[in-house]
Amino acid sequence: MKKKLTGAQIVLEALKKEGIQHIFGIPGGVLIPLMDALYDEPEIKFMLTRHEQAAAHMADGFARATGRPAVCLATSGPGATNLVTGIATAHMDSIPMVAITGQVATSLIGNDAFQEVDITGITRPITKNNYLVKDVRELAQVFREAFYVAASGRPGPVLIDIPVDVQKASAEFDYPKEIELRSYKPKYEGHPIQIKKALELIAHSSRPIIYAGGGVVRSRASAELTEFARMTGIPVILTLMGLGGFPAGDELFCGMPGMHGTVYANHSLMETDLIIAVGARFDDRVTGKVDTFAPHARIIHIDIDSSSIGKNVRVDVPIVGDIKHVMRQMLLEAPKASCAPWRERIAEWKRKYPLEYKRDDKLHPQFIIEEINRLTGGEAIIATEVGQHQMWVAQFYRFKEPDLLITSGGLGTMGFGFPAAIGAQIGRPDKVVFDIAGDGSFQMNIQELTTAVENRIPVKVAVLNNCHLGMVRQWQELFYNKRYSGTFLSPCTDFAAIAGAFGARGCRVSRPEEVAPALEASLKEKEVPFVIDFRIEPDEKVFPMVPAGASLDEMLSGIS
Amino acid sequence: MEERVISLTVENRFGLLAKVAGLFSARGYNINSLVVAPTEDPEISRMVLTTSGDQRIIEQIIKQLNKVIGIIKVTDLCENDYLERELLLVKVNVANQKRTEIIELAELFKARIIDVARKFLTIELVSETRKVDGFLELLKPYGLKEVLRTGTVAVSRE
Repeated sequence: MKKKLTGAQIVLEALKKEGIQHIFGIPGGVLIPLMDALYDEPEIKFMLTRHEQAAAHMADGFARATGRPAVCLATSGPGATNLVTGIATAHMDSIPMVAITGQVATSLIGNDAFQEVDITGITRPITKNNYLVKDVRELAQVFREAFYVAASGRPGPVLIDIPVDVQKASAEFDYPKEIELRSYKPKYEGHPIQIKKALELIAHSSRPIIYAGGGVVRSRASAELTEFARMTGIPVILTLMGLGGFPAGDELFCGMPGMHGTVYANHSLMETDLIIAVGARFDDRVTGKVDTFAPHARIIHIDIDSSSIGKNVRVDVPIVGDIKHVMRQMLLEAPKASCAPWRERIAEWKRKYPLEYKRDDKLHPQFIIEEINRLTGGEAIIATEVGQHQMWVAQFYRFKEPDLLITSGGLGTMGFGFPAAIGAQIGRPDKVVFDIAGDGSFQMNIQELTTAVENRIPVKVAVLNNCHLGMVRQWQELFYNKRYSGTFLSPCTDFAAIAGAFGARGCRVSRPEEVAPALEASLKEKEVPFVIDFRIEPDEKVFPMVPAGASLDEMLSGIS
Repeated sequence: MEERVISLTVENRFGLLAKVAGLFSARGYNINSLVVAPTEDPEISRMVLTTSGDQRIIEQIIKQLNKVIGIIKVTDLCENDYLERELLLVKVNVANQKRTEIIELAELFKARIIDVARKFLTIELVSETRKVDGFLELLKPYGLKEVLRTGTVAVSRE
């Protein structure tokens, strides 16, 4: 007979089978059996965060940086609800993550026990699947299933809720090798007939454009996409989530579309006769007013999630499948598109409407981002928070590879970037990791400076500090008659001093010539976080801009 | 707007009904009726739901249902021939000497009187949903004391 293990031990054995070496989280009353088992487990490092939301974002950042699922942990009740924002963030961006929560004893479930909350109920709409494990004999199977579901198909977060008595009960540990779920069978290959139809459309198009998104990054298909674009000569637009999926330095690259996209990307979408959508979902921030979006275009839409196809725009050729597989299938017979005049037209827009900002003696955020790009050779992992700084990064940083940009695109979670950067640095100790932040966002998870100091994680934080919630302020300035309601973050925080108080390093930069020396100092720091407090003007805005609900050709340029 | 009858084969697990109901409410889809019951296989349950929407919404509903882990099969019964039934129990007031009229009407619809009380009759009807609607419409003037419908169940003819 096999040796019996406790539920807590089974959890750890299962995690090891899945190659997990880190758990991000905070313990609590109902997690003590699991924490106790962890005390004897040398192969898994517990990263104690200072807030559960940050634990979820760290796991998320780890997963994005490595392409492998990561694990966060929280206790029942408030611990579990604190994970919710992090789980929803991962869900919107299709990030493989397994969240483990402790639950009150099975005998108490439903009694409004101390720190009891129905977390499987709460997370049902924001997880790919979730489980409440009431029988210790089901634990191993549930973990196998959870990791399989999280990482396959369109990836996403899965939650496992484990009552305290199940952690203490014991059972034999038998980890299933193969897994098959009759209600979940992701489809990887594209249908050959659909692919043939798509290739025909491409061959007959004179103004085609590739519009690629996060699916390219998630399915690790950037090599295939790049080859396809170069072979066919079709220009490429990348969404925020897709940045790095095609090298920004390539002449076929046309930047990001949508609300803060480039003029040439948006013009291309308005004039194209064929959109080849690759792992992107025609989000409202991309399409602008959907009725006037891409009026001349037929649309080929490739996505592993059939429900993304035809959801926001009508599609002529749907292809359900994994991007990597489908791109390989398409490469076999990719036609050489005859679109040289079209490429020339786009090149002309690029010359006429480049991304720009005033190059004067003031400290401009765009310049700071260009300097980070220059001094890291474009090799660093860049995490962002959410707001103006995030859009400046998308516009001015030249992402040459996938997995270098870690940003909350779908949910737009402020407070995401810093913990995600810590998670990314743990997953990729060989990389330089920056969190490019706004002062508002950074303060939402600033307590994790302690976690980073404690674990000697040398992430760099570039705070583009304008003492405001800048993006909302920008809308108030442009569309609400400068009525700045609730957007002034007074008094302006001294982030260098805060960094010092946590045991990290920091400095303040107010002039352009101080930027490079400060960044160089931060790059030399290998032990603790380095926070640079860049003092920028509150009037600095993100342009171009398509106002909410407007058509893509109604852009505000903002350059006077 | 189209009316659709969708049949789901699902894992018999707790939480699945909540998942299906939650999907409809979260995305603002209509759900006109929903019936859940076990099948011959104790591990599998059947859900039959009726919904309505334009073609794009119906397509999304079916795709979203297909995505739910735990739903084994999604069948849009309206794509082919199908049979549908609904059970109605209705209590009709008979206080104003209309008893015979109501009984005749019930016979016309092949409904059965299953209980007779001094002030009301209880009638049972098993029929297509459309006919149940029609029957109720005709009974309305007599005064409906209580109406109970099971919602539509349906099966394909193939």
